[in-house]
Amino acid sequence: MGEVDTKGVVLLDFWVSPFGQRCRIALAEKGVEYEFREENLGDKSPLLLKSNPVHKKIPVLIHDGKPVCESLIIVQYIDEAWPDCAPLLPADPYARAQARFWADFIDKKIYECGTRLWKLKGEGQAAAKEELIGILKLLEGELGDKKYFGGDAFGFVDIALVPFVSWFYTYETCAGFSIEEAAPKLVAWGKRCMERESVAKTLSDPHKVYEFVGLLKKRFGVE
Amino acid sequence: MDQSSSLKFLGSWADSHTHRVRLALKLKGLVFEYQEEDSANPSSALLLHNPIYKKVPALLHDGRPVVESLVILQYIDETWTDNPIMHADPFERAIVRFWCHFADDKLGPAVGLVFSSAGEGQKAAVDQVHENLKLLERELRDGAFKGRRFFGGDNIGLLDIVLGCGSYWLAVFEEVMEVKLVDPDTFPLFHAWLRDFEEQKEVKETIPPIDKLLEYARGIRQMMLSLSTDTTTATTIGAPATGSTTSNNDAAVEEIGLLQESLVL
Repeated sequence: MGEVDTKGVVLLDFWVSPFGQRCRIALAEKGVEYEFREENLGDKSPLLLKSNPVHKKIPVLIHDGKPVCESLIIVQYIDEAWPDCAPLLPADPYARAQARFWADFIDKKIYECGTRLWKLKGEGQAAAKEELIGILKLLEGELGDKKYFGGDAFGFVDIALVPFVSWFYTYETCAGFSIEEAAPKLVAWGKRCMERESVAKTLSDPHKVYEFVGLLKKRFGVE
Repeated sequence: MDQSSSLKFLGSWADSHTHRVRLALKLKGLVFEYQEEDSANPSSALLLHNPIYKKVPALLHDGRPVVESLVILQYIDETWTDNPIMHADPFERAIVRFWCHFADDKLGPAVGLVFSSAGEGQKAAVDQVHENLKLLERELRDGAFKGRRFFGGDNIGLLDIVLGCGSYWLAVFEEVMEVKLVDPDTFPLFHAWLRDFEEQKEVKETIPPIDKLLEYARGIRQMMLSLSTDTTTATTIGAPATGSTTSNNDAAVEEIGLLQESLVL
């Protein structure tokens, strides 16, 4: 990835992206000032193409000209580059391993399954819905009675998952089910996270997410 | 290196992710008990310790499981801190993690596809591998890894382990399928790196003998081709059969699917 000519901290992002939101939440938790640059994904900026030539995707964090790509890699970078406050990963290696495992699980499963849920109809959608419920129940089991996934401290796994909370309304409406019924503790966790300024100021309004998905559906010819 | 704790490691002899962990344990000088797993028939221990993915490798440290090779490698590095395999610098760590993901998400599956396809489909898969290798070659030539003997610098690091453990399959596939994957003229730096990696003492002690790998790959490839109905057009073997099966064909398809998964770099 080529170094680019920017100073300070710049985040190349797209307003509704849950992956970009992970980075915004992490930066807010650390109190890092940064410049937010909204990308037009239909017409990507030269800066984006130069900073992420391999995937050409947002989010990209550029710190003093050096680009970091992929949201969970960016969040770990933020944690390691600004180590003096609000640790996002626990100190203990085993707890860190657990956090990385669950963040990776969320990364592998939620977006892909959720996308099938709104893109497909009939049997395909029903299967995606069951799968999503299974994933959310598994996460709920991992959360248990803890305040956050990491325990008392808001951290890596919470950041990985919380942006998808504003997509719950879309998933529920498209497939006709209630996430609160399926995973009430997870919904309660989502509400606790929303009490944090970093999360409340970052997450998209669920209705705006639903509108956005409506536009995507039109573009993909889904009805 | 003081090791006053118990390590047990569940793996499969031909699985590249298992080799990653084995190599890391060797680089750290750690002793461990090994249990060979048959991927088609996971043990109760594996199902207990990796209930979500039910796959190797799984590392048990004083009975506590860690799974997913990248998670395991970082865990090993952070628990036994001599001979680090990760740099301390946050930006360097981010670059390494990025290319580890690239190896797992792009290059590995592309190589797997070369193995499981034939005809036009295989040609396309080979092209994809070359596209991916070009990106790595560029990083070695002009980018983040310029001037380095290994991706980790003078010594092998996390990315060397991830890319290296699995890159030996490239030579195996080249021989079994008569395709050229790593042409030293097109990818001189990658080729040189792979040669240096394979010369490392710990790597030689970890990677299975090439004739065993060749025999294994030839067997699977033969099974694959005998199952496929059309070998002249783009053909890939689909997802493995789920559930228990009684027919030989279904079992073979399942074995091929599992092999594809374990073959990713």
